[in-house]
Amino acid sequence: MTTSEIQFDSPAGPAAVGPVLQVEDLHVSFPSEAGRVQAVRGLSYQVSPGEVLGIVGESGSGKSVSSLAVMGLLPSSARITGSIRFQGRELIGRTDTELSKIRGRRVSMVFQDPLSALTPVYTVGDQIAEAILVHRRGAVSKQAAAKRAVELLDLVGIPNAAERAKAFPHEFSGGMRQRAVIAMAIANDPDLIIADEPTTALDVTVQAQVLQLLKTAQEVTGAGIVLITHDLGVVAGFADRLMVMYAGRAVETGLVDEIYQRPRMPYTLGLLGSIPRLDVGEKQALVPIVGQPPALTDLPPGCPFAPRCPMVVDACHTAEPPLIDVDGSPEHQAACIRTGEIAATDAEGAEAAAEIYGAEVVEEAEIAKVPREQRDVVLGLDELVKEYAVTKGVVFKRRVGTVHAVDGITFDIREGETLGLVGESGCGKTTTLMEILGLEKPMSGGISVLGRDVASLDAKRRFEIRRDMSVVFQDPMASLDPRLPIYDIIAEPMQVHGYGKSDIARRVPELMSLVGLRPEVVSRYPGEFSGGQRQRIGIARALALEPKLVVLDEPVSALDVSIQAGVINLLEELKSKLGLAYLFVAHDLSVVRHIADRVAVMYLGKIVEIGEVDSVFDAPRHPYTQALLSAIPIPDPVKERQRERIILTGDLPSPANPPSGCRFRTRCFLHASLPPEKQRTCIELEPPREVQAVDHEAACHFAQIRQVL
Amino acid sequence: MTVILNEGDSAGTSGAASGSPVDAAPDPGKAMTRGKLVFIRFKRNKLALVGLGIIVVLYLMAFVSPFFSQWSYTDRDYTAFLQPPYNEHIFGTDNIGTDMFAQVMRGLQKSLIIGMLVALISTTVAAIIGATAGYFLGVADRALMWVVDLLLVLPSFLIIAILSPLFRGESWWLLVFMLAAFQWMITARIVRGMTLTLKEREFVKAAKFMGQPARTIIAKHIVPNMASLLIIDATINVGSAVLAETGLSYFGFGVQSPDVSLGTLIGSASQSATTFPWLFLFPAGFLVVFVLAVNWVGDGLRDALDPTSTRVRKREKKDSKEKASR
Repeated sequence: MTTSEIQFDSPAGPAAVGPVLQVEDLHVSFPSEAGRVQAVRGLSYQVSPGEVLGIVGESGSGKSVSSLAVMGLLPSSARITGSIRFQGRELIGRTDTELSKIRGRRVSMVFQDPLSALTPVYTVGDQIAEAILVHRRGAVSKQAAAKRAVELLDLVGIPNAAERAKAFPHEFSGGMRQRAVIAMAIANDPDLIIADEPTTALDVTVQAQVLQLLKTAQEVTGAGIVLITHDLGVVAGFADRLMVMYAGRAVETGLVDEIYQRPRMPYTLGLLGSIPRLDVGEKQALVPIVGQPPALTDLPPGCPFAPRCPMVVDACHTAEPPLIDVDGSPEHQAACIRTGEIAATDAEGAEAAAEIYGAEVVEEAEIAKVPREQRDVVLGLDELVKEYAVTKGVVFKRRVGTVHAVDGITFDIREGETLGLVGESGCGKTTTLMEILGLEKPMSGGISVLGRDVASLDAKRRFEIRRDMSVVFQDPMASLDPRLPIYDIIAEPMQVHGYGKSDIARRVPELMSLVGLRPEVVSRYPGEFSGGQRQRIGIARALALEPKLVVLDEPVSALDVSIQAGVINLLEELKSKLGLAYLFVAHDLSVVRHIADRVAVMYLGKIVEIGEVDSVFDAPRHPYTQALLSAIPIPDPVKERQRERIILTGDLPSPANPPSGCRFRTRCFLHASLPPEKQRTCIELEPPREVQAVDHEAACHFAQIRQVL
Repeated sequence: MTVILNEGDSAGTSGAASGSPVDAAPDPGKAMTRGKLVFIRFKRNKLALVGLGIIVVLYLMAFVSPFFSQWSYTDRDYTAFLQPPYNEHIFGTDNIGTDMFAQVMRGLQKSLIIGMLVALISTTVAAIIGATAGYFLGVADRALMWVVDLLLVLPSFLIIAILSPLFRGESWWLLVFMLAAFQWMITARIVRGMTLTLKEREFVKAAKFMGQPARTIIAKHIVPNMASLLIIDATINVGSAVLAETGLSYFGFGVQSPDVSLGTLIGSASQSATTFPWLFLFPAGFLVVFVLAVNWVGDGLRDALDPTSTRVRKREKKDSKEKASR
């Protein structure tokens, strides 16, 4: 900062006495058709200056509602009781006008979706300046506010801040938008920042940047931060204290290290055990938490987690357990009557979860024991290219450019094998999938399915191939027709391929049980199922024709972690029982590590690294893979703090105008550290894919192993 | 393939993600396809059944009662001009002594057929043309939308007025055709727009990738997902077709004197509605009852087709509570 008006009070200023925020016995309820929804039921916590409190829980656990209550942003229909004290002042009962003086100035919020948090019709600079002017009208001139907006943008790491301040939100990428929102949040030097899932909508590489930035923001302002997330990995390295919420209540609180190493509430255990670990090579058992969070309308007496708990005893149903001190320390509290027994298990953390929940490692399929070379190729891509023309003009369309969405990718999938395809959004993963599923003749290169070249297929053959290849989509809401009962949804592929009525009637219940759903519920509509169940229905439909290859387009990224574990386990079991081959597209590398046999990393329409999953993850050769891996948080606070993080600068370049030579060079840390003559190689020559080890190829001129986990 | 796996997030009866368990299947344990399910859900809607009953009664009345009536709609009773309802003429008579009951029944015959047919034809055409244009895009889209735009900018009444000498004396079929021909365009445009968004949905893609032909996708996935719009459009069209027919009759084609329709009856009686109310109230009353009944049936059908409809849910909840208490 130069000689500017940006003045943040020092982190240890006079304001740093007592907690910034003190919430006591907070209750929030909403009216609904089914009765009052008790969204938050007796929540107490506090945040000290400069402290980061992580609030973790499944969707619907009341974590967002409780922080909206702090901001005074709940609708007027909400009934709020209890006490919320901000710097000693009671907030509940204040009028909106009074709260407005605090909101944005002393307390600020970072929302999940940076697109809807910014007004599309004003420039980013204006919106940040507005945040300053609203609270300091008279004291700060318009010019000064505009100047400060630029400085703030510079502070949050937006290049050419003066220029970019004049840009509109849609001209910013998702990561840049979230930076702008953070700039707005710290504009008035707040004492408390509430970040509601600030990184959920972002790519992993950008997520790492934003978390880093939040840390900077905290250091600069000395504010307390409340970080709400469902991702236990994100909070591990960032938060000081953790609060796990379930059904509107805190069920475990404590220091981060304590909770990760010695969780004492079965729910926390389950959450920890349900996350696939990036740093675990051997097959790990994932813990699915059975069932769903309870409806918050009329809760039965007793522990709300009891119906899903593996350790449930009769006593659990009598009264709801209060938060009690664990292991004799008031710093760590859990709401469970059997904490002592959990403490008595030998294993710690996630292993204890697997033990208590009885999760087992899925056996390998028979086919997987045959050496890879001897298995048939199910899907083969050979230098596949897909380009889109960028046109201009309405009447006379002129071609003004080409988007190289997929630019020559080669890989194959053999029987019973899972290939994980990973990369940031916009790298061409989905385009590749659509090309494969479309079964049309590619623009250039070749696709072969089960040994038959797609380009030479006639309509009849193409139809036959569809039988052997099916797809599961990302969004379980959108992938099932809301107007069709489950029976018709699962029957549809069989009807298309001419199964008899009685065959279908026999097979549908069979498929339902195969994916772990009760066959009786087939007469219901998709809207009556939860996300995880819907994804199971999608999987049942995909398996209806006994395909050889299932294409999975981010099948678990829209699900809660505990549900996600169940679906991953299901996919693994199906693979081993039916000998399926998967093409698994994902951006979550930990899921890929867990489920895939081989992995291909895509960047700007090219595969930069491909190989056997352990080899790629343990010894990544390409700088992009290294950066991706290092950006993924590991749910282990100790490891996480020791990790060296590679932060990629900037965003994905436009595929319409990719950099010359190596496409990654503009963001490459390795490239930046090279002497000029070597840099020229990167700029002029496109690196070919070269064999680095057994079943491991990377496309980098200066490939070298770097441990990042 | 009959392995049963460990339950993950088990599919319990507490299905709904929203947290409110709803039993849609009246008889769990028996698999039902969409057709059956919609039928059962429709049957549960009392108001829709009443509406359906009314429509059936109206048809019966319109087509059967003339056989029992002593007056036909062409007969004139020279002893009774402009008489209010009494024993002899239960709906009264008009200024030339025609029995109003016979006229209203004759009008009802025409209007029931015209209203229903026009609504069905125009909404079907709109659904097919709109969905086809939206789904296939390209040449099909441009050609069909050119036709739609052309028909929209043509002043339909003018065309009909110019063409009317040609059609004079032709059957009422032509009228139905003409009315339908000028009523579907706006709906077709809306349908096309909805198709554009629907076809990007993943369930349509999933159907495509399993090899489902385009026409089946349109019939099975796209059209049912806009059922609410189409049904509302059809019910509105019933009423507006009956009234539009009045306008056309004015140009001297379609329903011609001495033949009558509800529209012509209402039209001719509207000026004397306050002085000789029976001339107006009976045809208007039947029209209102008819359109109302169609609306109830339409609502019932919409709720039956729409799984998220809250009305059905509430009713089901009540039903299941009653069952439980029994």
